[in-house]
Amino acid sequence: MAMKTEAIGKEWPSTTYEVGKEKIGEYARVIGIENPVHFDREAAKAAGYRDVVAPPMFCVVYSSPALAPAMFDPEVAMNFATMVHGGQQFEWGEPACSGDEITTAAKCLEIYEKDGKGFYVFETNSINQDGQQVVRGTWTNIVRGI
Amino acid sequence: MSLNVGDQIAELRVTPDKYLPHRYAGASGDFNPIHIDPEFAKAVGLPDTILHGLYMMGLVARANAASVGGDPRAMKRLSVQFRGMGAPETEIVVRGTVKSVDGGRAVIETVALQGENQTIRNAEAEVAL
Repeated sequence: MAMKTEAIGKEWPSTTYEVGKEKIGEYARVIGIENPVHFDREAAKAAGYRDVVAPPMFCVVYSSPALAPAMFDPEVAMNFATMVHGGQQFEWGEPACSGDEITTAAKCLEIYEKDGKGFYVFETNSINQDGQQVVRGTWTNIVRGI
Repeated sequence: MSLNVGDQIAELRVTPDKYLPHRYAGASGDFNPIHIDPEFAKAVGLPDTILHGLYMMGLVARANAASVGGDPRAMKRLSVQFRGMGAPETEIVVRGTVKSVDGGRAVIETVALQGENQTIRNAEAEVAL
């Protein structure tokens, strides 16, 4: 069956997320990270951060909302019943701190078929309130039996 | 912090309890029912609820960040492949080996395992030294 590929290159409206101190702490506790720079304002400032700083993988919290409309777009037409999250990459720039307003835009990079599976690759690009690049994510979803 | 090619990073061992996927769902905002509802998970052909892949990637990031002193600024890039499904209430072991050191950066090859099951493979972390 031929895959729908017209969504390649499509971009979706960006989302903005304000990072909060307690949300950073909640995430760090679930992952089991104990570094006080994720919980304590003074410790974060002593380490040279503007405010309590997020663990790098906190990026999923502020970047995922931009990806949701891409995943569910009928032009992308992913079959969720047989979809798995196959791969993920993040490249970090400026750290995300409490009080930051981070704007994320999502784009479809690739849709292709390989070995009977469909590969759907999306990019999210997150920028803070000062225009600094915070993180770029590459999200690969694999659909079996296309 | 000094890392040399061939060094093993400190092994991380974590056993997520039964309710960890609920807490991770709340912390991350990912409430996909395959992670928190056993009936739903079984209805879509899974053996039971499974761990969030991005939770396990969070553990891989934690282990790699710890290898350079835990400063979040040190983590520059992390790429992973999700393969085997992760199960709650089963120990996860994260292991990594330094593959290259160049220009103040190290690349660490990392895996996450539950027993023989590689839940994350071909993970590559680039950290600042």
